[in-house]
Amino acid sequence: MSRQQRNAQSGVRRSTLGSGAPPAPVPAEQAPAPSLTLDALGKKCPIPIIMLADRIGEVRVGQTIAVLADDPAARTDLPAWCALKSQEFVRADSLPAGWSFLVRRSY
Amino acid sequence: MAYFDAASAEPLHPSGRDALLSALADGWADPARLHREGRRAQLLLEQARESVAADLGCRPDELSFASSGTQAVHLAVLGAVQARQSAARGPGHLVASAVEHSSVLNAADWLARRTGTAVTITGVDSLGRADAAEFAAAARRERTLLACLQSANHEVGTLQPVEEAAAACAAQGVPLLVDLAASAGRMPAPAGWSLLTASARKWGGPAGVGLLAVRKGTRWREPLPADDREQRRVPGFPNVPAVLAAAASLSVMSRERAAIDTALRALVARIRAVVPVTVPDSVVHGDPEARLAHIVTFSCLYVDGETLVTELDRAGYSVSSGSACVADTRQPSHVLEAMGALTHGNVRVSLPRDASAQSVDEFLRVLPPIVARVRDTVRAASAPAS
Repeated sequence: MSRQQRNAQSGVRRSTLGSGAPPAPVPAEQAPAPSLTLDALGKKCPIPIIMLADRIGEVRVGQTIAVLADDPAARTDLPAWCALKSQEFVRADSLPAGWSFLVRRSY
Repeated sequence: MAYFDAASAEPLHPSGRDALLSALADGWADPARLHREGRRAQLLLEQARESVAADLGCRPDELSFASSGTQAVHLAVLGAVQARQSAARGPGHLVASAVEHSSVLNAADWLARRTGTAVTITGVDSLGRADAAEFAAAARRERTLLACLQSANHEVGTLQPVEEAAAACAAQGVPLLVDLAASAGRMPAPAGWSLLTASARKWGGPAGVGLLAVRKGTRWREPLPADDREQRRVPGFPNVPAVLAAAASLSVMSRERAAIDTALRALVARIRAVVPVTVPDSVVHGDPEARLAHIVTFSCLYVDGETLVTELDRAGYSVSSGSACVADTRQPSHVLEAMGALTHGNVRVSLPRDASAQSVDEFLRVLPPIVARVRDTVRAASAPAS
């Protein structure tokens, strides 16, 4: 069980995350569908990041790529990778199991 | 070859080893007994207490020896909170930064589950420094019974704004627990604490000695069935020989602190400067200036930390990693997560007091090809079968 899940059960309040926490979500209907979706469900970090790094070149600058992943580390690592690589982290959406991370290619 | 995991355990200091061996001969008896052997053990124990108290800047009667740093933290948190809880006024509120040692967060979680204590975990910046304003605001919440802030972070080395937190807590009458584990023996204890915890292993003392200091006037109630040992704060017969060894090591480390700090600070600065240049796609964490001298953590993209640690071990370098992307049951480092930093591929290098420039240079030479090799392996394993 993750710390977040344990905290949710025990009523621990996490008032803020660090400065690298994902930005506030944008309503889904405002965003166009991603140009490419990568399925990294069941894969441990750093595999989802490697998949993203290998294939972000397949979308055009300004287009988005979605990474589906369920390793909890991906919630920190996807935004951190974007910050390191100067790519735009758009948002994270919860899936029934895991998350969908949306990244926009910025160069 | 070199051991670079002093933040887990600093090798036993020779003066600690000497003290341990002589105390095994002289300090084995029960210090609570009135016979000569007991009195001798008692005398040695109290000498150790005075020595450690002087190094920490507290009174001997404020200081108790516990069986580990973790036990000291658990007793500090539970005892301070439970002393101020009441049936009439409810289970109260506790504050801790998001980058505290897991023993602090686990104790907070335990209180939340068992007694309904509300817990606020406050944030840190990208260097791992606690947000002092947010921490102070949380401490001002009604019925705050305890606030917890480490002196420095054990993973990335960043120093915490303890004096600001202490001023805010003092203004509210909220006791402040300062977990000194990462910095004890390396820097003076910051002012303003109500409770202090530490672990002897981190300064070259033996395993199995924790420190719990409770400032005079701070309310604290024993959370476990008590006996008469250790000011009724820690139950059980104290390990007198290990306590003496811990005191002897702390005394020498405190005396040599400035020289050790200067030497290790320069070596860590070299690691901080070289790794981002020689290892592509790597990032060094933590504050480059306001930090502990001996700890540095960096992350390498596209590798997992466990494999990196294993490969460095094979090359003769003992380091640790907070990332655990292989084992299903383990979580990424909560410290790096709170910082919003890359949680995979991280390596913590923590230099022991006698680390040589030569060993650090050799480590910096072997690191880039090892990272490259692990990257190739991970990439090959992740490639689609087609």
